[in-house]
Amino acid sequence: MQADMKFDVIVVGGGHAGCEAASAAARMGATTALITHKIETIGEMSCNPAIGGLGKGHLVREIDALDGLMGRVSDKSGIQFRMLNRSKGPAVWGPRAQIDRKLYRKAMQAEILHHENLSVVEDGVEDLSVSGEKVSGVIGESGTEYTASAVVITTGTFLKGIIHRGAERIPAGRVGEKPAIGLAERLYALELPMGRLKTGTPARLNGETIDWDPLEKQPADDDPIPFSYLTDRIEVPQVSCGITFTNPETHEIIAENIEQSAVYSGAIAGRGPRYCPSIEDKIHRFADKTRHQIFLEPEGLDDPTVYPNGISTSLPRDVQDAFIRKIEGLENVEILEYGYAIEYDYVDPRALDSGLQVKALPGLFLAGQINGTTGYEEAGAQGLVAGLNAVRYGRGDDNALFDRAEAYIGVLIDDLVTRGVTEPYRMFTSRAEYRLSLRSDNADQRLTQRGIDLGLVGKTRAEMFHVKHAALKSGRDLMQSVQMTPNEAQKLGWKVNQDGQRRSAWEYLAYPSIDMAAIESAFPEIAALDGMVKTQLEIEAMYAGYIERQKDDVEALRREEALALPSDLDYAAVGGLTNEVRAKLELIRPATLGQAGRIEGITPGALTALLAYVRRRPERKTSAHA
Amino acid sequence: MRRDTICALASGHPPAAISVIRVSGPETTSIIAERLSVSQLKPRHATLVELRSESGDQIDSGLAVFMLGPASYTGEDTLEISLHGGRMITELALQSIMSAGARLAEPGEFTRRAFEAGKLDLTRAEAVADLIDAESEAQLDQALKQMDGALETLYSGWREDLTETLALLEASIDFPDEEDAPERVDAPVRQKLENLKSALQQALADGNVTERIRDGFRIAILGKPNAGKSTLLNQLAKREAAIVTDIPGTTRDVVEVRLTMGGYLVWVSDTAGLRETHDVVEAEGVRRALKAGDEADLRIWLHDAREPFRSDRVRPGDLVVSNKSDLVDPKSVSRETLAISAKAGDGIDEVEAEIVARISSLTKNVTAPIITRARHRQGIERALAHLETASQNLDNGIGAELVSEDVRLASRDLGTLTGHVDPESVLGAVFSSFCIGK
Repeated sequence: MQADMKFDVIVVGGGHAGCEAASAAARMGATTALITHKIETIGEMSCNPAIGGLGKGHLVREIDALDGLMGRVSDKSGIQFRMLNRSKGPAVWGPRAQIDRKLYRKAMQAEILHHENLSVVEDGVEDLSVSGEKVSGVIGESGTEYTASAVVITTGTFLKGIIHRGAERIPAGRVGEKPAIGLAERLYALELPMGRLKTGTPARLNGETIDWDPLEKQPADDDPIPFSYLTDRIEVPQVSCGITFTNPETHEIIAENIEQSAVYSGAIAGRGPRYCPSIEDKIHRFADKTRHQIFLEPEGLDDPTVYPNGISTSLPRDVQDAFIRKIEGLENVEILEYGYAIEYDYVDPRALDSGLQVKALPGLFLAGQINGTTGYEEAGAQGLVAGLNAVRYGRGDDNALFDRAEAYIGVLIDDLVTRGVTEPYRMFTSRAEYRLSLRSDNADQRLTQRGIDLGLVGKTRAEMFHVKHAALKSGRDLMQSVQMTPNEAQKLGWKVNQDGQRRSAWEYLAYPSIDMAAIESAFPEIAALDGMVKTQLEIEAMYAGYIERQKDDVEALRREEALALPSDLDYAAVGGLTNEVRAKLELIRPATLGQAGRIEGITPGALTALLAYVRRRPERKTSAHA
Repeated sequence: MRRDTICALASGHPPAAISVIRVSGPETTSIIAERLSVSQLKPRHATLVELRSESGDQIDSGLAVFMLGPASYTGEDTLEISLHGGRMITELALQSIMSAGARLAEPGEFTRRAFEAGKLDLTRAEAVADLIDAESEAQLDQALKQMDGALETLYSGWREDLTETLALLEASIDFPDEEDAPERVDAPVRQKLENLKSALQQALADGNVTERIRDGFRIAILGKPNAGKSTLLNQLAKREAAIVTDIPGTTRDVVEVRLTMGGYLVWVSDTAGLRETHDVVEAEGVRRALKAGDEADLRIWLHDAREPFRSDRVRPGDLVVSNKSDLVDPKSVSRETLAISAKAGDGIDEVEAEIVARISSLTKNVTAPIITRARHRQGIERALAHLETASQNLDNGIGAELVSEDVRLASRDLGTLTGHVDPESVLGAVFSSFCIGK
C-alpha cells in the first residue's frame, strides 16, 4: 500500500487549477496524484456557469494549445457559444460559452479519472511533509502519507474563508464545503506575505418560476466556434440567455437596507473586484443610473437553476427575496440558494517564482485563487504552469517560462509574481502589450510547438499541429511568391501606389481596402487554398505592419529576459541600491533583468548595478527560449 | 543582436567651456562620413574636424576621437567630439547627428551597453549606477520644477487625455457585454484625439523657436525703390552682396545673404522696392518682395528720411528705420525711429543691436535643459504621428484595437513627459467611468 503512495507530483484540489496542474504533470510523464476530499466535485463551477470572454477566452485557447483540458471540456458542455467583439478586429475576439455545469463536471471527471499517469485519491489533506528544507509530500486526513518531490496546492479560498450574508457568518470555502484547517495552519506557519480579498455571488433562481415571455433573449451564435483546436464542431444543443434589468423600486429596497449588507456594515475588510461589484456597490457608486442589466444564465440543459449575472449580494435573505421579486420576470421567482460574499486570505504571489513555486519552501507550488486571482481560466492557466514546473523541478530542470510577447499565460504569471495583486486579479486584453500578436486565433501557432518541446502535448494534437502549420507555411509562401505590378492592380480597381514596384499577393492583402476575396479573384491559385488557411493568413496580413513594428520592442524585451538573475542573489552585496529598492528586490527576487525592470519603483541605476552583477558571475542559462 | 546608434551630450549642461558629444553604435562610421569634414577617422587619434548640419552648414569645429569597437567604452564603434560649449552649438550638433541616423540615448544607456558588452567591473558599476540614478530621478523633477507649474499642468493634462482615450477604447474592447460600456466610442475618442493633437502641435510650435534659430532667423528689408535697402544689406554683410545704383528699381529679385549676428545665424533679404509698376519683371520682383516679407521673422521697413513714412503693410513688431539721416536735420527725425545713413555707415551697429535684441527676446523662454528638450521634441513628434494614424484609422472605420495600439504607442512616446500610463491606470479610469459588473 505505502509503495503505491509514492508520486512525482501531488496536486491538492480538484478545481480548475488542480485539474490542469494534474493533467499537465501527467502528460509530461510524471507519476501524478490528484488528492481531493470529494471526487464528485472535480471540475465544479462554483461561480457563474460560463467559460471564456475577453482575455479569458484567450487563456482557454492557450491552455488548449498546450494540450490542456479546459477547452475540450468546455466544447463538450457549452450550451451558448458566442464570439464576443465580432464587430472588432480578430485580435480582440473573445470566445465565450455558457456552460452546463453538470456536463462540464462529467466531461472533466472523465478526463481526470481516465488520465494516463494520473491517480485520483479521495482524502482530505491535513499537512505537508517537509524533509530538510524541502517539501516531500502530504499527510492525509486518513493518516496516509503521500510522498512526492513536488506538491501543487490549488485549494481556492480555503484560507480563513468566511461567508457573509447579512449578519450570518459561515466559515467555509464554498457553501457546503468545509475549510481544511491543518493545511492552512502549515501555510500560515511559513509566514508568507498574505492579503485579504473578497468576492461575491448572486442568488440562484429556479428557472421554472421565471416569467420569460416579456424578457429579451440573447441567443447563441449561429455558427458556434469551439474553444479547442481539436474540436471540429459543437454538438451540444444551444440555448439562449434572458436579459432583465433592475429598476428604481429594486434600488430603493437595496438602498434602504444597505447597512445590512456585510460589505457596508463593515464586517468585511477584504478588497473586492472593481469589475464585479455587488449590486449594493453598483447602486451606491453609480447612484444616477436607474437600472442595471442582469443576464439570466441557465446552469444546464436539464437543470432549472438560473444564475442571475449582475446582482451578486451579501444582503440578508429577506432583503434578497424582496429586491429580486421587484425585477421584471422574477416577480414570482423561487430562490434556490441565496447570494453571499466570501472573504478569504490569499498568498501574495510575489512570494512565488515564475514557475509558481514558493520561494521560501522548494517543492511547494501554488496555483489558482489562493494566489489572489479570480476566474476559472486564470486558475487553469496557473495550474498548467505549476504542473509543468513541478515536474521540471523534480527533474532538476529550470523553470519553463512563457514571456509577455508569447502568451497571455506569460502576462498573467509575470503580472502576478512581479506586481502582486490589490483586488482579485482578472485577465483583460488591455493588460497585454503585444495584444495584436497574442490572438485567440493563433494560440496554437504561438504555443503548440513550445508545448511539444516541453513534453506537454500528446501525439494527436502534435500531428494535427504539424499538418496545419505546414499548410499555413505553404499558403504564406504561395502568397509571397505570386506578384502583380501596381498597374495591373489599378486595373482591378485597387487603390495602390503607382510606383512601378511589383508587390506580392501578401503585400496587397495588407492594404485595408483589399480583402481575401479580392486577392482570390486576382490570383486563382490562392483561391484553391484551404478555407482555414485563407482565414488565418488574412488575419496575419491585417496585423503584419503593426507586428513588424513591435519586433524591436519584443527583441529588447527578450534581450533583458535572457539575462538571468540568480535566485540566491545577495542584494545587500550589490552596491548602488537604495533600501527601498533592495527591499522590493528581496521580496520579489526577479528571475531576470527584464522582470526586475517591471517592478514598480526600480530605477535605471538599480538595473545597471544588477546588470553588472550578472555580468560578473558565470553565465547561467534560462529555459525561456532555449 | 540588432542595435541602434545613440548619441548624447556626455559633458555637463551648456554653457560650458566645451561640450563633449558621444556617439555609439553601428551607424557611427556613416555619421562621421556624412557630418564631419573628413570621410573617416583614424581610430584612437585626435583629429581637428568641422561638424556640419544636415544642409551642409558648418556648425563648429572641434577635436574628434574615433574608437573602433570592441575596443571602446561601450564595446561598439564610438565617436567623441569636443565642441565649443554653447547651448546652441550643442543643440545643433545633436540635431545634426540625429538627422544622420542616431537617436538620443536614455539615461545610463552608454553605461548599460558597456556592461552588456562585459566592459565594466563591479566597482566601477557601482559608482556609475549612483550617478545615473541621480540623473534619471532628477530629470522628471527638473522638467516639472524648473519650468514653473504651467508646464506640469500641461503634461498632466496630456496624461489625463491619453488615459481617458485609452479607457474609452479599452472599455469598448474588454467589456462588450456590459450595458454601461459603450459599443462604439468613435465620437468621444475623435474629440479627445483632436484635443491631444492640437495640444502637441502647439507644443511643437512653441519649440519652433529653437528650430528657427537653428535654420537661421529670417529678416526682410522692405521699402520704396531707392530707399537704400541694398546699401543697408551690404553694410550688414560688410561686402558688396547687392548691386547698388542710383536708379530706382535696380533690385528686381530677392537677394539673400547669410550672416551671423551676436552668435545667431541670420538670413537677410534685400527685396525689390515696392511701387505700382507696369513692368512685368519688376511686378514679379514686387510680388516676391512681399512674399519674402510674409515669411520673415522680422521685417525692416527702410524709408528715405526726407519723406514721411507711410505704409498699410506695417505690422506690429516690424522695425522702421529712417535712412539718409545725414541729408536731414537730426531734430526732425522721430526718436522712436532708428535713424541711419547706410551710405556713410552711421547707425548700422544700432540696427544690428536691435536685430540681436529681437532674437534674444524670442529665445529667452527656452530655458529647459537642452538634452531633455531634444528628447521631448522627438517624443512629441513621434506621438503626434501615432495620434494622426489613430485618427485616420478611426475615420476609416478600422477596429478599436488598432486605434488603441497607436494611442498606446503615443502614450509611450510621451512617457518621459507625462509619466508612464500603465494598464492599471487605464483600467482604473474604465471602472470609475463605467459601471462594469456582469
